[in-house]
Amino acid sequence: MTAQLLLIQALNGLQYGVLLFLVAAGLTLVFGVMDFINLAHGVQYMLGAYLGATFAALAGSFWAGLALALPATLLAGLALEFLVFRHLYARDHLAQVLATFGVILVLNEGARAIWGSAPLQMRLPEALSGGIQLMPGLNYPVYRLAILAAGLGTAALLWLLVERTRVGALVRAGASNAPMVAALGVDIHRLFMLVFGCGAMLAGFAGVMAAPILSVEPGMGDGVLITAFVVIVIGGIGSVRGAFLGAILVGLVETLGRALLPDLLRLVLAPSPARQAGAALGSMLVYLAMALVLAFRPRGLFPARAG
Amino acid sequence: MADLPPARPGAGTPILALEGLRKRFGGLTVTDDVSLAVAPRGIHAVIGPNGAGKTTLIHQISGTLRPDAGRIRFAGREITHLPLHRRARLGLARSFQITAVLPGFSALENVALAVQAGAGSSFRFFRPAAGEARLNEPAMAALEQVGLAARAAVKAGALSHGEKRQLELAIALALRPKLLLLDEPLAGAGPEETERLIALLGRLKADYAILLVEHDMQAVFALADAVSVLVYGRLIASGAPAAIRADPAVRAAYLGEDA
Amino acid sequence: MPRWREAALPLLLFALLGAAPWIGFGEGYVLSLLARAMILGIAALGLHLLVGGAGLVSLGHAALLGIGAYAVVVLDAARVTEAVWVVPASILGAALFALLTGAVAVRTSGVQFIMITLAFAQMAFFIAGSLSVYGGDDGYTLYGRTELFGRRWLEDRLVFHYLCLALLAGAWALVGMLLASRFGRVLRAARENALRVAALGFNPVPYRLLAYVIAGGMAGLAGALLANATEFVAPSYLAWQRSGDLLFMVILGGLGAPHGAVLGALAMVLLEEWLGHWTAHWRLIFGPLLILAVLFLKGGLAGLPAQLRGAGRG
Repeated sequence: MTAQLLLIQALNGLQYGVLLFLVAAGLTLVFGVMDFINLAHGVQYMLGAYLGATFAALAGSFWAGLALALPATLLAGLALEFLVFRHLYARDHLAQVLATFGVILVLNEGARAIWGSAPLQMRLPEALSGGIQLMPGLNYPVYRLAILAAGLGTAALLWLLVERTRVGALVRAGASNAPMVAALGVDIHRLFMLVFGCGAMLAGFAGVMAAPILSVEPGMGDGVLITAFVVIVIGGIGSVRGAFLGAILVGLVETLGRALLPDLLRLVLAPSPARQAGAALGSMLVYLAMALVLAFRPRGLFPARAG
Repeated sequence: MADLPPARPGAGTPILALEGLRKRFGGLTVTDDVSLAVAPRGIHAVIGPNGAGKTTLIHQISGTLRPDAGRIRFAGREITHLPLHRRARLGLARSFQITAVLPGFSALENVALAVQAGAGSSFRFFRPAAGEARLNEPAMAALEQVGLAARAAVKAGALSHGEKRQLELAIALALRPKLLLLDEPLAGAGPEETERLIALLGRLKADYAILLVEHDMQAVFALADAVSVLVYGRLIASGAPAAIRADPAVRAAYLGEDA
Repeated sequence: MPRWREAALPLLLFALLGAAPWIGFGEGYVLSLLARAMILGIAALGLHLLVGGAGLVSLGHAALLGIGAYAVVVLDAARVTEAVWVVPASILGAALFALLTGAVAVRTSGVQFIMITLAFAQMAFFIAGSLSVYGGDDGYTLYGRTELFGRRWLEDRLVFHYLCLALLAGAWALVGMLLASRFGRVLRAARENALRVAALGFNPVPYRLLAYVIAGGMAGLAGALLANATEFVAPSYLAWQRSGDLLFMVILGGLGAPHGAVLGALAMVLLEEWLGHWTAHWRLIFGPLLILAVLFLKGGLAGLPAQLRGAGRG
């Protein structure tokens, strides 16, 4: 493994990390503010990818696809909130887990019914296709760098929104003490809907951006959802900062782990078992990290809740 | 009690001794160098205005909070670093300020669980616990002691507020404790219930050591054998009720303000 | 008398399952469906002990079942098919995994417990997928069903049906007994208020851990049976969607009594099958039904009569 390959894997890890952050941010805010476990958050990501790919194909342009998919995922999120989720805020986590699990079944199957089981392709935007030379002998796709930049930009925007605005202050207060915010006379329902819609749109945004480099298929949101849960549990539930650092950490650990472990294990094992064990260990690494964090810091690395 | 270190003989040996207890939350000192000794019989009341740190003190004694500094000795043994359940095993029973009876269990089963805690291993898997006379008879006796025997079969969640208070006491008594920590047992009780509870505490104090945190001053001065006054986390006075009533510092800091 | 009434519905259920082959449900296809429901019922009963008894919502229960199934695979590949070895290996394998992961998991609670059980299950899922000697992601087809004392009893559909039924009834009795015992009382109390239970002198951790291990052993047994029922084992047995299904069985049936888990398993398996006949996209109907059940059927199927009575009065 050369330094160049290492750098490429690190960039891939960062890019995966920012995508994870976009999904995890909505998840952690929804959980922090509403104490609501939304397993269906992953299908918002899938929905973003499908809608982006479909609109882009219809309009013949990536940018049109992106521009249409964002409001569409926002609407889809608000519709789900209205139809299902708002009836679950007062219920326990068990009911929330199960009902949102039902939503996953429906939307995954719905995607299969509408778009079929075969993966969909979304074309790269013309302006962002091709590679760029980062250093002699090292080409890196422009589009992946664009994802990284867009993800970091969104993270910065979100940070400004949450840390510097009045609505953001309410969201932060809600994440640490929701009853108190309600007692202040804030319309907590409006706040919930806002957070929910934004979360859905962020996940959809991640889905659109991932669509050209991943295969768009039913169930593509499930894996991302579980990894995003790992992210927010590691980062501390309710904390946007924790979600960001957790996402970058998980993105790097998973990508580098999968890339490096087979080579590292080859030092002690024969090539074939080393490749197998390395792949398995690489997939497990983030779960191992989460178990370690929970065992020693049950509230995550950056807990948002006080007391 | 072979594991106790040799205690000084005589009834005067305190059952509970706090030495230099200190607890801070961020910049706020909620327990500031508190030292206190509780006699093995009778009621020792801790009073103080709201926010004086009474509940924090109870939490540190019972083990739900760890003090930052200082020591807690109970029944001749240091317990400062023991977790809640170990302290309970040593004979330290507490009631909760917000009642914490098990709402889905009947009153009898609530108390029977407390009896079970002291009746050998609970890693028993075959016999239905609800039918064990060994657990139910002492539980019923404790319910009788607090005057709740008639309501034994009622789910605890369906009891009135005052009855839940009585149930809390029955649970604590069923543990056969060496010390009862009672955190505002009269809070929220109606006048009749209050009277009944005061009479009950008056009976109990002959047999038990009780550390009582209470806002109802009439009840405190009617019941207590010793009173300690906590203000902003500091103990400003400790002594017999009459002496406390006369203490000018107490009057200035507390009674005057509250009256 | 009330104890007899409580047992009436589950006993009727078991009697119906026992009579099924003789009252028109004796076809191989129907029997294999019922066997699947009963096997998942055994795993769901263990999960009922956790969710309904200890208040521990596990989203990783399928991993324990899968480990039980993979124990059969590992022994099958080594040409060991004798039940005397296979069944204990399945039970102990799953129980051991439950012990190791539970030691970390039961120290957490609420959403953290949900997530950490999910995480451990995902780890097991990825390990199963990487075992290329046992087919990797494609799964492993058994050479044959498990034998008992060298005889191929389990090949017989009726024998297998009644074996599953007997084990299901046994599991039901076991869970009921555990919940009523001193041990179960501490578990149930810790679910209602862990602080109160600690203040009585109980440390809830060992009780919860033991419940987790017992539920693991039950899931392991179910895994051994499931491997035999399908004669095929794949990593998808451990997938988190399967864990969600198991959790749904427990809740759909009702948390009020252990037989709810049995009822839920039967209902889920049969409903899935029935809807699957109508359309390939049966989940489009199944999903909303599940959501509606969560929203409106709060006592589950087992609590339905009481809920209807209550609605009639109201």
